Amino acid sequence: MGGVILLIILAVIVLYGIGAYNGLVNLKNQTLNAFKQIDVQLKRRHDLIPNLVNAVKGAMDFEKSTLEAVIQARNQAVSAGANAGPDAMKQMAAAENQLTAALSRFNVVVEQYPQLKATGNVGQLQEELTSTENRISFARQAYNDTATQYNIKQQQFPTNMFAGIAKASPAELWEITDEGERAVPQVDLSMKPKA
Amino acid sequence: MTDDTGLNLFQQQEANRRRTVWLVIAFVLFFAWLGFGGDFAYWLATADAGPAAYHHTFPWFGLIMTAIGAGIARYGFATGPNKVLWSTGAVEVVDPQTDKERQLVNVVEEMAIAAGVPRPRIWIVPDPDPNAFATGLDQSHAHIAVTQGLLDLCNRDELQAVVAHELGHVKNLDVRLMTTLAALVGAVALMHDGVGRLLSSGGRIGSRGGRGKGGGVVIIVVLVLWVISWILAPLIAQFLAMAVSRKREYLADAMGAQFTRNPMALASALTKIDAAEAPTTSIKRGAAHLCIADPLGRRANLHEGALADLFATHPPMAARVARLKGMAYQRLKAEGQFPAA
Repeated sequence: MGGVILLIILAVIVLYGIGAYNGLVNLKNQTLNAFKQIDVQLKRRHDLIPNLVNAVKGAMDFEKSTLEAVIQARNQAVSAGANAGPDAMKQMAAAENQLTAALSRFNVVVEQYPQLKATGNVGQLQEELTSTENRISFARQAYNDTATQYNIKQQQFPTNMFAGIAKASPAELWEITDEGERAVPQVDLSMKPKA
Repeated sequence: MTDDTGLNLFQQQEANRRRTVWLVIAFVLFFAWLGFGGDFAYWLATADAGPAAYHHTFPWFGLIMTAIGAGIARYGFATGPNKVLWSTGAVEVVDPQTDKERQLVNVVEEMAIAAGVPRPRIWIVPDPDPNAFATGLDQSHAHIAVTQGLLDLCNRDELQAVVAHELGHVKNLDVRLMTTLAALVGAVALMHDGVGRLLSSGGRIGSRGGRGKGGGVVIIVVLVLWVISWILAPLIAQFLAMAVSRKREYLADAMGAQFTRNPMALASALTKIDAAEAPTTSIKRGAAHLCIADPLGRRANLHEGALADLFATHPPMAARVARLKGMAYQRLKAEGQFPAA
């Protein structure tokens, strides 16, 4: 009788373990996927910047330093992003944050020249840039939410006992460290089309 | 909070899948009752007739009606999203032309990223009144439609908030249940109109026939019950549509706010939509429960309570806005940007 009860308890533990293991593996893959999504959007931004810079280059001879800062930050971000994963993110995040800051300064400058927005496809490119910035931040948000869920699962009892077996390690969150970065939404407000 | 909503989301999806199955079963059963009820009444009516007269012994009506019900349910489920879009005259945005259309496509893509769902197909309803709805059977076959009026009225943030609300419906599979409901409600309305005409002429023929002796009362009771359910069919379908959608709006508002992290944008969009008094003429009764705001502008939506629960498809706009403002306040307080009151 006692043996049967012991067997049942063992079976329950094994079944729970399988569930916990699968849950962790599932979350791990979701986290990786969410990270890939940020990557896709960052790539989109990197591809967009040369177009934007070309479109305004002629009209913005007098703001050369701003343009150069954007190009430089972009190139740095591209090289930093070449070999990064969810565990080696600090470097990449720093480079991308710098690019964001440079872009927001660039946007402020563009806002000062309304005729620039009217010429050619600058306005359209700016909408693309706004959208890309939003996509990046939403992709980060989705990544952070998923990664937090993954991290919580790894730390909570009793799932934490299976974290080692599932080869789960805490995922790093994409954090905003720079004060200038925090100010970006205020800059974005000025870019809204006048409704 | 993230973990909490994640768990709730899964339960929501399961509940919506289950309710859709029950809805279809109830729909087919209702058709079966309409058919077999008729058979029973006819059988009672012909039971006492002479040996040479016709005796209704095989339930033809019941079998045929059940088959029709199952057929409509199958057809409605398969073509529901297209039917809903077709009924509103929506046009798909494939290649965005104007700045506003480009913005809409961008905003939908942004929100799809935030919600973690594939990008839905995008439609514009050529109607000057601001409104929006989502339809589809699952996350990867979803559609989002906004009216031209909404595009013109809302700024980028507000448009984003409305799209986020609709993606909330997509993500928790509300669209599956509500689209199926729309397809079936539409089918019931059509059937009722068509068969109602048949029935009224058939009734006249029936009354001319011979009178039963013993079973007279039973025949009348069954007949009355049967006729009443025919009359009530569209009403029942309507009540179902209403009961199903009220609480969902609050939930989708909350999910939208979670995706954008900006509850105030949705509050301001809802206020604008509410202020635009005109009803959305291109969205008819059948798809009303899918919309972000009631396109019919019914008074019942202004109230809470048992009666409103029966007659309204949407919660009062003021209550929704108040809840969203509450969320915004909570966020500000959590970020320490708000002086402790």
